[in-house]
Amino acid sequence: MNIVVCLKQTFDTEAKITLDAGGKIERKGVSLIMNPYDEFAVEEALRLKEKDGGEVTVISVGESSAQDALRQALAMGADKAILVDPGEAELDEYATATILAKAISGLEYDIILGGFRAIDDGSAQVAGRVAEILNVPVVNVVTKLEVEGGKAVATREIEGGSELVEVALPAVFTAQKGLNEPRYPSMKGIMKAKKKPMQKMTLGDLGLEGQVAAKVKALSYSLPEPRKAGKIIPGEAAEAARELAKLLREEAKVI
Amino acid sequence: MDFNLTRDQKMIRDVVRDFAEQEIAPRATEIDRTGTFPLDIINKMSEMDLMGLPFPEEYGGAGADYVSYCLAVEEISRACGSTGLTYEAHISLGCMPIYLFGTQEQKKKYLTMLCRGECVGAFGLTEPEAGSDAGGTKTTAELDGDEWVINGSKCFITNASYAKFVTITAVTDKTRGRKGISAIIVPTDAPGFTIRSSYEKMGLHGSNTTELFFDNVRVPRENLVGNLNEGFKQFLKVLDGGRVAIAAMAVGIAQACLDASLKYAHQRVQFGRSISKFQAIQFKLADMAVNIELARLMYLKAAWLKDNGQPYSKEAAIAKLFASEMATRAALDAIQIHGGYGYMKEFPVERYLRDAKLLEIGEGTSEVQRLVIARQIGC
Ligand SMILES: Cc1cc2nc3c(=O)[nH]c(=O)nc-3n(C[C@H](O)[C@H](O)[C@H](O)COP(=O)(O)OP(=O)(O)OC[C@H]3O[C@@H](n4cnc5c(N)ncnc54)[C@H](O)[C@@H]3O)c2cc1C
Repeated sequence: MNIVVCLKQTFDTEAKITLDAGGKIERKGVSLIMNPYDEFAVEEALRLKEKDGGEVTVISVGESSAQDALRQALAMGADKAILVDPGEAELDEYATATILAKAISGLEYDIILGGFRAIDDGSAQVAGRVAEILNVPVVNVVTKLEVEGGKAVATREIEGGSELVEVALPAVFTAQKGLNEPRYPSMKGIMKAKKKPMQKMTLGDLGLEGQVAAKVKALSYSLPEPRKAGKIIPGEAAEAARELAKLLREEAKVI
Repeated sequence: MDFNLTRDQKMIRDVVRDFAEQEIAPRATEIDRTGTFPLDIINKMSEMDLMGLPFPEEYGGAGADYVSYCLAVEEISRACGSTGLTYEAHISLGCMPIYLFGTQEQKKKYLTMLCRGECVGAFGLTEPEAGSDAGGTKTTAELDGDEWVINGSKCFITNASYAKFVTITAVTDKTRGRKGISAIIVPTDAPGFTIRSSYEKMGLHGSNTTELFFDNVRVPRENLVGNLNEGFKQFLKVLDGGRVAIAAMAVGIAQACLDASLKYAHQRVQFGRSISKFQAIQFKLADMAVNIELARLMYLKAAWLKDNGQPYSKEAAIAKLFASEMATRAALDAIQIHGGYGYMKEFPVERYLRDAKLLEIGEGTSEVQRLVIARQIGC
């Protein structure tokens, strides 16, 4: 079975987000990680491979630093990696998905996995778009996946419960928390990762030079208002409670 | 000159940090209080190939370098000193003598077991009457036919209760003083070999510290490690490497002191302000950060020299001396920053002090490090 995992390098969950002088998100000095939902996807791919054999290819669209995230997946046990450098192209979900789909269409695949969303922009679109372009079904927010005889049975989260679906392969699945517990890369895995193939491609290599441009452009970014200091209401309990209720109604407007 | 860690080194550090934060740190308080040896954590570390990190794959190791190993020691010790020492003693004292001086067969048999984490490694050098003066070893090993017959005792030996064999030093030629000492591998189930772990320690409660007693213990002749009567030279080499790792361990504990102190200083309010706004507190934190950075650079340099096949005895002693003394100071300051709370077990900093202090003693006391350094600079 051939499995492709789309993964993205994102800011560390603990990173402090700031804006640079031009109002863009400051990337300097921020530690980067593999998008946690993509880690579930990588882990699931490895488990499927361990069960039924096959090959796991991880692919990312990003600048050269994204190699670290790919290498982490290789250290966990993926077989090969592809990094597509978008160069100067402005990316949105459409552009990223177009590039990914083009790269994946040159591969053999039975299953395509990805995180259901990236923790940075959180748009939850890319994997679905890839499926659309490749004309294969997509199953989102999967918490359990079983594959047998050319089809997959997946459990997915729906409002207030879960849904069991069956789908023919090839198909795209997006991973939700709970799908699995990702392994730590082993030390041998880390040492072997650098010997595994890491193919670097440009948009030119994919025949997409000048062909992809973002359809959605970010106009500006803003940071949330810093949290205001709390208010302590002095006085006797009964009186303070009355004052509190008043403030909650009139000032905070929550009751 | 290049101060960057390699990709592998960085990934190893980050993965071990993540593992230590998730799997070890939450257990550290309980390990200290109950004195339980964290066997389950050691098993997880084996699954990650940490137990053979700096050894070749042909012996079940991961084939990483010494820098990577020291980074791992730092991260593990930052989470839990006891687990840090267990790991350090396993690699630096348990595996190293066999890796450096063992025959091919010994490496295949014993080093492979250790690297796979089938048991932990231990090295028995210290005796009741031979501590800093390890050349004063009293334990004897006499050849009787094809067997060594061992008599004597060892003290303060880390990990032996969880070992399948211990490499020990013994006098094999009484007429030659320190040139009559050899290293011998002794299986822990050999008749006449008793291991007792009844010490009540100040800290490192989850580290297994034992006494070894040998009463006519017989082991095959081929259990001799390396050449006959070269035990003294061998353990000096082993200790050189171990000192770099002890320095890394000290940096880990000191870093934990800084992490805890910084967090507490931000939270604690006195005189209407967070105590982190007081210069007296800031200076303590700044000094800690300075010392940690310097000690880290020094252990990395010593480890780098070792990886590059250059002499590093002096650097190892410098790193160990500076790092261990600064770690104790950092722990004392961390307690001071925490005030009365720091004196209580509710906060981890008193544990850091109890754990850090050993590092000024084990694998050569601070006084011995100064002797080594003085000799190296030509005194
Ligand atoms: C928790 C723990 C774990 C240990 N693990 C191991 C282990 O796994 N394997 C092992 O073999 N050993 C181990 N040791 C033993 C450790 O290495 C020794 O305790 C250490 O080398 C010091 O020896 P000593 O305790 O006999 O002290 P001593 O040598 O008696 O020293 C007492 C004091 O005298 C000073 N001193 C001694 N000689 C001189 C000198 N020439 N000049 C100036 N000052 C001097 C020392 O610095 C020290 O301050 C461990 C010890 C502890 C506490």
